[in-house]
Amino acid sequence: MNLWQEYKRPVSVTEAVQALASAPGPAIPIAGGTDLMLDLKQGRHTPVHTLVDLTSVREMTALELRGDSLFIGGAVPVNRIALDPLTVTHAQALVEACNLIAGPQVRNTATLGGNVAHALPAADGTIALTALNAEAEVAGVSGTHRMPFTSLFLGPGKSAIDKTKEIIVGFYLPISNLQSPKTASCFKRIMRPQGVALPILNCSVWLERDGDVVKDIRIAVGPGGSIPFRATEAENILRGNPLTEETFTLIQDALLAQAKFRDSARRASGDYRRHIVSGLFKDVLSTAWLRAG
Amino acid sequence: MNNQISLTVNGKQYSVEALPSETLSTLLRERLRLTGTKIGCEEAECGACTVLIDGEPIMSCVYPAERADGKTIVTIEGLAQRVHEEMKLHPLQEAFVDHGAVQCGFCIPGQIMTAYALLNHNPSLNSEDIRFALKDTLCRCAGYPSIENAIIAAAQALQTGEPVQGPTHIPDSIHEHKTVGHKHLRPEAVEKVTGEAIYTDDLKFDGMLYAKVKRAMIPHGFLKKLDVSKAKALPGVVAVLTSEDVPAEKTHGLVIYDWPVMVGINERVRYIGDALAIVAAESQEIAEQALALIEAEFDLQPVVTNPVMARQADVPQIHEKGNLLKHIKVRKGDMDAGFAAADVVLEHTFHTQTTDHAFLEPECSIAVPLADGRMEIYVGSQIPYQDRAQVARVLGWEEERIRIVGQLMGGGFGGKEDVMGQIHSAMLANITKRPVKLLFDRQESLLVHPKRHATQIRVKIGAMNNGRLVASETELYGDTGAYASLGEKVMTRATTHSAGPYDIEHVRADCYAMYTNNPPAGAFRGFGVTQSAFAVESMIDKLAEKLNLDPVEVRRMNALHVGSITNTGQELKESVGLLECIDRVDAEMRKHNAYPFKPVTDPADPNIVRAWGFASAYKNTGLGGGAPDKSGADVELYEDGTFQVRSSAAELGQGLVTVMRLTVAEEMAVSPDKVRILVMDTDLTPNGGPTTASRQTFVTGNASRYAAKTLRDEISATMAEKFDVRPEKIRFESGVVHVNGHSMTYAEIYKEMTSMGQHPRVRYEYEAPKTQPLGTGGDMHFAFSFGVQAAEVEVNKITGEVRVLKVISANDVGMAVNPLGLQGQVEGGVMMGLGNCLTEEFIVENGKVVTDRLARYRVPGIMLTPEITSIIVEHPIASGPYGAKGVGEISSIPTTPAITNAIYNAVGVRVDSLPVDQEMIARELWEREEK
Repeated sequence: MNLWQEYKRPVSVTEAVQALASAPGPAIPIAGGTDLMLDLKQGRHTPVHTLVDLTSVREMTALELRGDSLFIGGAVPVNRIALDPLTVTHAQALVEACNLIAGPQVRNTATLGGNVAHALPAADGTIALTALNAEAEVAGVSGTHRMPFTSLFLGPGKSAIDKTKEIIVGFYLPISNLQSPKTASCFKRIMRPQGVALPILNCSVWLERDGDVVKDIRIAVGPGGSIPFRATEAENILRGNPLTEETFTLIQDALLAQAKFRDSARRASGDYRRHIVSGLFKDVLSTAWLRAG
Repeated sequence: MNNQISLTVNGKQYSVEALPSETLSTLLRERLRLTGTKIGCEEAECGACTVLIDGEPIMSCVYPAERADGKTIVTIEGLAQRVHEEMKLHPLQEAFVDHGAVQCGFCIPGQIMTAYALLNHNPSLNSEDIRFALKDTLCRCAGYPSIENAIIAAAQALQTGEPVQGPTHIPDSIHEHKTVGHKHLRPEAVEKVTGEAIYTDDLKFDGMLYAKVKRAMIPHGFLKKLDVSKAKALPGVVAVLTSEDVPAEKTHGLVIYDWPVMVGINERVRYIGDALAIVAAESQEIAEQALALIEAEFDLQPVVTNPVMARQADVPQIHEKGNLLKHIKVRKGDMDAGFAAADVVLEHTFHTQTTDHAFLEPECSIAVPLADGRMEIYVGSQIPYQDRAQVARVLGWEEERIRIVGQLMGGGFGGKEDVMGQIHSAMLANITKRPVKLLFDRQESLLVHPKRHATQIRVKIGAMNNGRLVASETELYGDTGAYASLGEKVMTRATTHSAGPYDIEHVRADCYAMYTNNPPAGAFRGFGVTQSAFAVESMIDKLAEKLNLDPVEVRRMNALHVGSITNTGQELKESVGLLECIDRVDAEMRKHNAYPFKPVTDPADPNIVRAWGFASAYKNTGLGGGAPDKSGADVELYEDGTFQVRSSAAELGQGLVTVMRLTVAEEMAVSPDKVRILVMDTDLTPNGGPTTASRQTFVTGNASRYAAKTLRDEISATMAEKFDVRPEKIRFESGVVHVNGHSMTYAEIYKEMTSMGQHPRVRYEYEAPKTQPLGTGGDMHFAFSFGVQAAEVEVNKITGEVRVLKVISANDVGMAVNPLGLQGQVEGGVMMGLGNCLTEEFIVENGKVVTDRLARYRVPGIMLTPEITSIIVEHPIASGPYGAKGVGEISSIPTTPAITNAIYNAVGVRVDSLPVDQEMIARELWEREEK
């Protein structure tokens, strides 16, 4: 019972998509594979004929500025994202999230492309990418197209990507305020020490600051819904207003009203999440605020 | 056609054919035979399989081998350099050895490779960098502080070019001797840091088959049908055996033979791990495929899920004699009078969870049939002679026909006392006449082997207003799971220790050790006392609060001392260092904070509160309860003037081999490197008894010591005769024997002895002082160790998160035979106690195991490691070797209540159920706020 028969190592996106299409049996892409290998080994994923390794695809291992965006290839190891000067400058939230994903050895192979393809709505990288308003580039046999990040998610574990045909080539993070040093982001999470190593709550904020006023803001909280959750109500209240204790109370209420905090067995009850989210949110928001100052 | 994989490993080029489904770890271990890279979980959780690819550490167990094509790989075998005949260790390897960071050694390749990559990137690293990099590289012996110190020492050596600095913070024993009592390195430390150390799974034999076990995977029912025909027909399958094929006795067990080798048709399945059939095949993959082809049908029965339920009327009876394994009773004084006299009476019920040993090396055994009809079994076992007896019993053989060849063990902690694969591999080897390896994967290990007993403990204590305890009543329900294992013994220890290390006039304890349909429970470091210490130490703090007394003072006032009578009626005549432990921990704690039990709010964050907690414990050394407690050791002098000491006591990482070596070196007045050690071989080493109950330093330490002494006396007698002097005139000094002006080396002594027809070899069977069974009064144990710990915690009042900042641990071990090894036992004990308190919970729901992967069962990593201060207290016991008694368990027992008491002192929330649930703490605090 082989978990895979053939292992392909294409060097271009076109080749990779072709390799998926032309395999004589079930084929799926493998990026870092730190989740996929376990799914295969532990029987959560049926054995396949072909694994198409994306880690040699040049386009997918690029991390560079492209116009007013930062491009992060879908097969760039998480650890490289955490250390690269470009992400450190333009995407602090993502750096912070990447430094918390799994452990150091896993981070040297794990990728955001693979992580996002797993479609967990509250994964650390996902929440950061949501706040950073990423776009995904997806390739299929008919070519590539860009999708808003959250539209990759259909539900917990359900991806809009057809993994037997499509590949997440990479992510574009808008950095339109290159001239302005007044934008910043932050990511933090709360864990519990037992059981599954998933956060019980995480939060990421990106904001643009103009003196004492929040010019623009994006707030992502996980797990706040079945797809990555943006606290748009809270964002709307804050956008264009100063950040004060009163506005914080307002946006906190708005966040609590909009987010759907559920009970997850052995990890956290919805009540507990509602109780601790304000503190985490305040912490993340004020860190980003100070960074943008 | 398959691809080729070309890769460079440790500077050497390899080109191999790609195989489907192969991971890099399998390629390295099985095809390149670089077995230094270890497999602990195959889940990318433990880090033991870490290797460097193009300079970056990765987990090779989830790395497809084909991806390594064109890459440069460094494994643990690639660090040391051979300079002429000598292996020149890398400074990291040297530092790991010098700092005692190596215990069982199984995680060490992963630790060193991860640290090596870090050092290459960041030569001036600090503690924070180390913790960040080693976050997911688990060490279950948990010498994290020593690992951290070793890496820092290596970094300094590399930066300065100076030699690696050894540890400076570990004092020698207060008892003065030449060799024992000083810091010494483990004999096998070097091979453990170079990857040369061989564990069972690293062995391969010609023609070896691979075995797998078909497990019931239902918690309770009758096996109605079992069809193995498809599995038998699968090409590559060599044998499939079922219950019908068991040659002689159908059951095994350590005390009670209640555990079926395999469940037969119409027989009862009692837990999901019960074996139904065993397969031997040409490869691991074929064996796995064969399992999937075995069809079983069951008549399902209601599941008995906990020990309280098990004792109720009209629940299914799991064993013929019923669900009660044992009702254990402790009686002292007059309970009614005790409680009547008390000014205050408190009562509370506590719950402790099931936990798993999670030793990093999963179970593995290899049975090898020999041409002369005998069988060798290679296995890492805590009780080699018991393995031999149990395998022989099932095969219907004389015990001597079997030879257990004990291997290095990647941790045991009590979890490698029961027979796991030994009988099955032997049966398959016997039928196929080929060597058979049976390796558990992590999931099978978690599902099958005995755990720590989940226990419900009701404590009622009565005290006077001044804090003096007068009465203690406890009632325990222990979940021993499907089979007895050591359940009766474990729960007896839980019961006899359930009133804590205190002198109390009136004591009553009742324990019901109950069978359930959960995985069996057996020995686990602490052996029941871990559970009851949590309950009673929480009660002592509750009492102190009620009476408005200092909790340390209450413990001091009631502490067992020389002259006290224990709950079981034993008068303590010597070696009771509890008060000194209390005083020294108290003093150390108050250096940090004069009012340690008052909450301190973080000036920078009003939600963060810190406080200390305090707890005491005691733990018997040795089997006790009337069981004969023996160990045998051989000491032999060789032609080259070196010695060998031999015993079938187990080395599981705890450091017994160092104790044996130092003992013989002390007695023979030679340097320790002149003494070689052989353990765990039932053909070559005498029975050392089980490695359990913190007993081996005492019993095998004594056996080694007396064997050496006897050999010395024989040498003296022979030399006295030859040189015509009185034996007392002969002196043994610095590796030389002085006789009447002559100085002879041991090589010369060997020559003299053998020429006079004497072989310089002594076997000594040591028997520890007799003990008495529970209930008969008298000495139930021949020694007790005492331990006190204080923990400083930080609690977040909003989230309930708990962080342990500092732990001070004092242990009365009688005498520190090897202070370096002892440090590892103390650090590891604290970390295992911390895991028991904060992270570990083996979850079984309706008989099904939820935590069947290491990813779901969290053992503490380096990030959770507090600052650990070890204080060694040495109240010697006359019968121990140089005064020593056990340490393996006591170092772990007080940690949990010290932490939970600290949590209470910080935020006023009493944790009465383990592990600590941060949500429960948060909820109590917010509900209190709302009131």
